[in-house]
Amino acid sequence: MRNTKAENTEQMITGRKNTDGKNAEAKDRGTKDKAAQRRLRYTASFVILLLLTGILFIWNINSGSVDLSIREICQIIFLRTGDTTAYNIIWQIRLPRILAVIILGGALSLSGFLLQTFFSNPIAGPFVLGISSGSKLIVALLMVYYLSVSRTMSSGMMIVAAFIGAMISMGFVLLVSRKVKNMSMLVICGVMIGYICSSITDFVVTFADDSNIVNLHNWSLGSFSGMTWSNVSVMAVVVGISLVIAFFLSKPIAAYQLGEVYAQNLGVNIRLFRVALILLSSVLSACVTAFAGPISFVGIAVPHLVKSLLNTAKPILVIPACFLGGAAFCLFCDLIARTAFSPTELSISSVTAIFGAPVVIYIMIRRRSA
Amino acid sequence: MNNTWYFHTEKLTVGYDGRPLIKDIEMHVHRGEILTLIGPNGGGKSTILKSITRQLKTIAGAVYLENETIERLSGKDLSQKMAVVLTERMQSELMTCEDIVATGRYPYTGTLGLLTDEDRRKVHKAMEMVHALDLCDRDFKAISDGQRQRIMLARAICQEPEIIILDEPTSYLDIRHKLELLSILKTLVAQNQLAVIMSLHELDLAQKVSDQVLCVHGENDPHLCGTIDRYGTPEEVFTPDYIRRLYGITTGSYDPLFGCIEMEGVHGTPEVFVIGGGGSAIPTYRRLQREGVPFATGVLHENDIDYEVAKSLACAVISEQAFEPVSETKVQEAGKILRTCGSVICCIPSFGSMNALNEKLREEAEQLGILIKEL
Repeated sequence: MRNTKAENTEQMITGRKNTDGKNAEAKDRGTKDKAAQRRLRYTASFVILLLLTGILFIWNINSGSVDLSIREICQIIFLRTGDTTAYNIIWQIRLPRILAVIILGGALSLSGFLLQTFFSNPIAGPFVLGISSGSKLIVALLMVYYLSVSRTMSSGMMIVAAFIGAMISMGFVLLVSRKVKNMSMLVICGVMIGYICSSITDFVVTFADDSNIVNLHNWSLGSFSGMTWSNVSVMAVVVGISLVIAFFLSKPIAAYQLGEVYAQNLGVNIRLFRVALILLSSVLSACVTAFAGPISFVGIAVPHLVKSLLNTAKPILVIPACFLGGAAFCLFCDLIARTAFSPTELSISSVTAIFGAPVVIYIMIRRRSA
Repeated sequence: MNNTWYFHTEKLTVGYDGRPLIKDIEMHVHRGEILTLIGPNGGGKSTILKSITRQLKTIAGAVYLENETIERLSGKDLSQKMAVVLTERMQSELMTCEDIVATGRYPYTGTLGLLTDEDRRKVHKAMEMVHALDLCDRDFKAISDGQRQRIMLARAICQEPEIIILDEPTSYLDIRHKLELLSILKTLVAQNQLAVIMSLHELDLAQKVSDQVLCVHGENDPHLCGTIDRYGTPEEVFTPDYIRRLYGITTGSYDPLFGCIEMEGVHGTPEVFVIGGGGSAIPTYRRLQREGVPFATGVLHENDIDYEVAKSLACAVISEQAFEPVSETKVQEAGKILRTCGSVICCIPSFGSMNALNEKLREEAEQLGILIKEL
């Protein structure tokens, strides 16, 4: 049946083509040129993102309170020889931190992209929807408990706690989103949930009596400091798996971007897909919060910048580009956080907000005028 | 069981949240046929369309595609058989028209959704069919409503369906684009032997383009459940009384012959008498109606197109049987009314043998000095 249909279509088309064959050929060439241009842009974008990440990686490893020359660093990394202090600084402090920044930065912006798709709202993200703060609350509660019985939490436990917190906040946001369809209202509700969680966290932190609470306080503001190799390996596994899953979901994500009804007509199992998207974005943002605390604006700014760079929102391109972009953005912000007022370290959120918030304002203004 | 229907429903009940809105819907579409849903706003057309596309859970009954209920089809199978063009705006972020059309290939692409050259060729073919090849690289957000609907249709074509469901595809389009879209659809149906189910607001178009018409009229009372009012060929459905009833028209009228709507006539004693015939007087009737002047007209043959319009607009119509010369009695009757009017408009430049006596009316008006040539 399908064959005859296809032939029919063909006949009709060829019938038309005879009359304006030349015209169609010219048009065909035109579209081919355009396709080539587009491919060039995609390639160039990825090269730029990779270069940025590479350069910032080197810059980050080369800056800090102890000055090390590039030669020394190369020796330490590739030959594993050199001064013990310098060796430890590179291998125990800078490298795990930089890798964590790359992994978590990527995770954060990917989580933002997934949430924006889910809510079809360009300013959705783990921070503005209160998901990071939910994670923060549960992790803080558990940390305080563990400190009071003088034990430390494992990375796995932190992630589980953060995930539970993320799901609680997400639950609230989903409830609200059923009632309000308005995009700004949803974000306002998310911000409010975030504030409630944050104030409870502050309350708990203030009254928990332990000297270790200083660390907890730093963490609750957002910071990439104090990463260990075991942290890095756990987050690499969690984020790596999520990234691969997200990449293989890029086809249904593309359909979902058109709107739920159209996705459904194209054969997407909406219910299953929505659950997958929620779980994936929550895991990603929980992982970030567990290790680095809540980090603002990366999840909104980076996907937007990446889409503008690529000039497309196709998930198959945006997902990997988002990851790279998030990594580069966070490397840049962490560099500033560490070095701007060294030896005092800024909280990472205050730096990401300076660069991320203007992007959000820009998106809002452009949406309003469109 | 009748095997020739491509699509049919059996005792289908649709509604929201388990509350039935319309029950016992039976419709049947063959390949190569267009079934159109008409009916007042809020009557349930969209609800039916949503239910047969599986967006809305049906309350009772079943929807069949080739004798298989659609519940039993997988999402992918259904998407290869059924395409939709909905009233919901398609969201498109940084997408060209070509990208939008290409989304129709979704049911056929692999895990990552990459397009093959064959897919791209089909996308271009579909765009060519709707005469939209030149829109390829344009941003989908930046095109006109008419262009957007054509792109949406191309997208549906690209999905290579066996049935297309369209919800008010011609709304917001100007007259040229309405015609363009429907003629593309008509060609498509004939050439590819597609089945089409759509809802339309334009009765005149529905009458001309449809093979079958389904009249949907839900109940205003939320406790009652509506049924399908009437179902049949356009000839069976489009009668003036029925259309008035379906839409609850209390002011104005609907002319099924031309699918044309007339405003409500002006009541009162006639102030103007119009001598018409052969379609010459319609503009004058409408003008008098607009200006709120009650008028009488005659003598018209009952098969005259003026007669159809006059019936809805004039306070009095003096008519003669079709194919009979205008008789003396009718002219006298008309003369009586004419003499009570302040002015007379004669719309016909010359008289023939069938309406020869109408000339008397004109002469009389001239003698009375109340004849106006131009209004």
